[in-house]
Amino acid sequence: MSQPYKSMSLVHPNPKNLDIVQKAMIAISLLGLLLIVLAQEKSSYLLALSMLLISSGIIGFAWRSYLTRPSGIQNNGIWFRSISSRGILGWITGLILTFFYIILYWYPQYLGLGIEGAPNRGIVGFFDPLAMALKGTPASQWFVYGTLYTLAIFSFGIKFIWKYRHNRYQILRTISVMISQMFFAYLIPELLEGLNEEYSTKWFDKDLKNMWPLDYDFFDQWHIANMSSTGLLGWSVLIFSLLLIFVISPYLTYRYGKRWYCSWVCGCGGLAETAGDSFRHLSDKSLKSWKIERWLIHSILVFVVVMTIAVVYGYLGDDSSRYYITRTMFTVIVVSLLVVTGLIVRFWMKQAGRNDLNKVIYGILGLIGVILLINYLSGSGNAFFIDNYTFKKWYGLLIGATFSGVIGVGFYPLMGNRVWCRFGCPMAAILGLQQKFFSRFRITTNGNQCISCGNCSTYCEMGIDVRSYAQKGQDIIRASCVGCGICAAVCPRGVLRLENAGTDIFAKGLELRNNHVMVH
Amino acid sequence: MHIAIIGNGISGISAARWIRKLSDYKITVISSESEYFFSRTALMYIYMGHMRYEDTKPYEDWFWDKNRINLIHDYVESIDFQSDTLSLKDQGQISYDQLIIATGSAPNRFGWPGQDLKGVGSLYHLQDLGVMEHYSRDLSRAVIVGGGLIGIEMAEMFLSRDIPVTMVVREKSFWDNILPTEESLMISRHIVRHHIDLRLSSNLKEIVDDGAGRASAVIIAETGEKIPCGYVGLTAGVHPNIQWLGETPIETNRGILVSDRLQTNIDNVWAIGDCVELRNPMPGRRGVEAIWYTGRMMGETCAYNICGQEVSYDPGIWFNSAKFLDIEYQVYGDIRPYATPEGQESLYWEHLEGEKSVRIVYEKASKKVVGFNLMGIRFRHEVCEQWIKTSTSVEEVLINLDLAHFDPEFYQSYKNELLETYYKLTGHQLSAKEMNGLDKVLSFLNS
Repeated sequence: MSQPYKSMSLVHPNPKNLDIVQKAMIAISLLGLLLIVLAQEKSSYLLALSMLLISSGIIGFAWRSYLTRPSGIQNNGIWFRSISSRGILGWITGLILTFFYIILYWYPQYLGLGIEGAPNRGIVGFFDPLAMALKGTPASQWFVYGTLYTLAIFSFGIKFIWKYRHNRYQILRTISVMISQMFFAYLIPELLEGLNEEYSTKWFDKDLKNMWPLDYDFFDQWHIANMSSTGLLGWSVLIFSLLLIFVISPYLTYRYGKRWYCSWVCGCGGLAETAGDSFRHLSDKSLKSWKIERWLIHSILVFVVVMTIAVVYGYLGDDSSRYYITRTMFTVIVVSLLVVTGLIVRFWMKQAGRNDLNKVIYGILGLIGVILLINYLSGSGNAFFIDNYTFKKWYGLLIGATFSGVIGVGFYPLMGNRVWCRFGCPMAAILGLQQKFFSRFRITTNGNQCISCGNCSTYCEMGIDVRSYAQKGQDIIRASCVGCGICAAVCPRGVLRLENAGTDIFAKGLELRNNHVMVH
Repeated sequence: MHIAIIGNGISGISAARWIRKLSDYKITVISSESEYFFSRTALMYIYMGHMRYEDTKPYEDWFWDKNRINLIHDYVESIDFQSDTLSLKDQGQISYDQLIIATGSAPNRFGWPGQDLKGVGSLYHLQDLGVMEHYSRDLSRAVIVGGGLIGIEMAEMFLSRDIPVTMVVREKSFWDNILPTEESLMISRHIVRHHIDLRLSSNLKEIVDDGAGRASAVIIAETGEKIPCGYVGLTAGVHPNIQWLGETPIETNRGILVSDRLQTNIDNVWAIGDCVELRNPMPGRRGVEAIWYTGRMMGETCAYNICGQEVSYDPGIWFNSAKFLDIEYQVYGDIRPYATPEGQESLYWEHLEGEKSVRIVYEKASKKVVGFNLMGIRFRHEVCEQWIKTSTSVEEVLINLDLAHFDPEFYQSYKNELLETYYKLTGHQLSAKEMNGLDKVLSFLNS
């Protein structure tokens, strides 16, 4: 017998190359980017030209790649291309993106941001005409980032829609993330700031869907103060955001799973699903990475909860004439929320007849509550012994900037497009816990039809080994699943379906649908 | 107790896994093909660049040690049934208490002149992929002989690299010995739409030698036409892989003959998967069925029997699925090729664009439904199975068709089109119930 056939992933003997039109489209896009980097003068025309070149290059590439062939799964050659198989181009792209994020977060002056009142130059300055037109103030590095981000979701969104044009779930989902980014995250907030000067001097986040704890600044003193002092708009945003966190989001997650947010609305998810789509198969599927994921993401969730409690505790006083909520009331609210969470967990565990996780959860909830109470009762100004702001400082640096930005997007070509969503996002962690324990959502498997081919696992951006469930005929109940639906799309045998059902909510995923041996 | 299993495909591996679940026996799995179990259904995706070889392994490499399943990468040269011993090519002898033979299939070659030339291959083993890869370089055309599921997969593989493909197919229309006429025509159209040079009603006469022992062309029997090519894929079906047994006391016919409990004529020797032929197949099913799920079910059944719980092999109601380029195919129940048989009626609806269809076949007199044949549309296995098992009438099925809907959310349901087709066929006006959602399905299945 001859030697077994080895993987062809590293050097492919016969790659299918890009054709001349595809290459030209890439060149057009790069030209647009080059224009931004090299432009020396502020010109609305040049800016518009660069935006047009970038997006038309991407859209033209998509047209040539997908619309010139029949609709269907378009994954040919993915593992052969340098950019999408951690080849040289993948590493270079990863390095450039990482470098860009480091500059963006810590050295915006190199992007041309005017420091201490100086006018913007360079890249930031190049975007001044657009910022002036939208909101009447010069651009910042975040305006540049937001514009490019929106442009990426828009252009790659069209690419994604064409790629999956036979699949209505994918089309609707992508239109949804495109609209969410274009209007809720970008145009509406920027335009609102142009309408009323107070909205930008007393800045607060007007992106309604950017909710705590993904938006970890939300409960900061300045943010709450700015919202509660800018009239109707500020108050509306504040109240809507609280409703979103405590009522709307839990309800939607109960009905549809976390996908309503992660792959239909969220901006991070939006970028991952569109611009990051070409890297989804790079997520690690091993059991080991699942273990790392669970430790990491839930630690970050605990971190953000502790950090937020500390921050709010830090700025509240006990004078009820000056604060809507006093430190005492806040302590009571937090402890109550911790107790309620514990009771919900207890209720679920009882209903589902499980007792494997509850001790860990009670332990964490209890520890947070007890330490807070000790500090409160001892009259300490700190919530958790050390300076309240320390948590915030480290969270912002390690998680807010490094993890979600630098690693989250910079590592797309190396670890897949959902690195942040999978390992880091505390929002995903909360929604995930709820999805696993108290949601109607699951992915069902179609009887015995699975042939264990592994397309589902390969193309799962969250690194879920979907096949391990499908081949057993077991419905997939995983906290991390963002419900992108790609596993169901790439399945050649029609085995997987994203579904919701309430009748068996505590027993979902227990039945094996393909076990045909009956012992009498 | 030591269980030796020859073959690490889906059958052998399923047996090993279930024996481990049910017992503490020592388990050894021997394969000359690959060190670890991989999914051969995914071979095409490796070539097409959708997946890497490591992605085709359903279990991580540590899984086998952890579950105390001993894997041996070697070739079994002979079996001594007197002393219960296997002779391996490199690693000497292994004795066993119970032996499971799960050596799968081998591709058919019908004695065509030139069938052993270089550049002639099949698509079954991992090694076949290496051959395809080798000859793909600067390949001007590939010719595929045989119009089955493997043939169309191979065609799709070459297409993914823009290599022109000719398919030489014996039948008048693609896979028409399995599919009803309309579906067979649909797939034939789809193949041509993908720019495959489809030669129907054509047989291979010979493969031409280029003078250096490599295939350079094929000659079609009917027309004498010579089609130049650099690779010839022979995909005219498979047969049980039992030739390696040689002269053997095991009773064989086309495959290794086994009882309902999957036992051979030798007490401590069992056989499962593609390499077996059932002595008493269930009514309506064949003695040799080379399908993924039958291998899996046989592995599980055999494990129960070896572990002391008597179980007969029962694959249930026939079903299968495949994908022809971009068109998915599912079948549940008894669907006959060509025209609908006497005494049955066929409710057939085809989408205007000609790439989706639903066929529901039922007994004319009793109206009880006997089968579903789907193209480009997904139905729920458990629901279709229950309808067939309980002899549900076609009208009941049509009224509750939502229950079977398994396409992704927001996909159009074609129940109204089907109701209209049924009205045209019978004059019976039915109105469908709203039966959407998994809750309704669960309550139906549990009723």
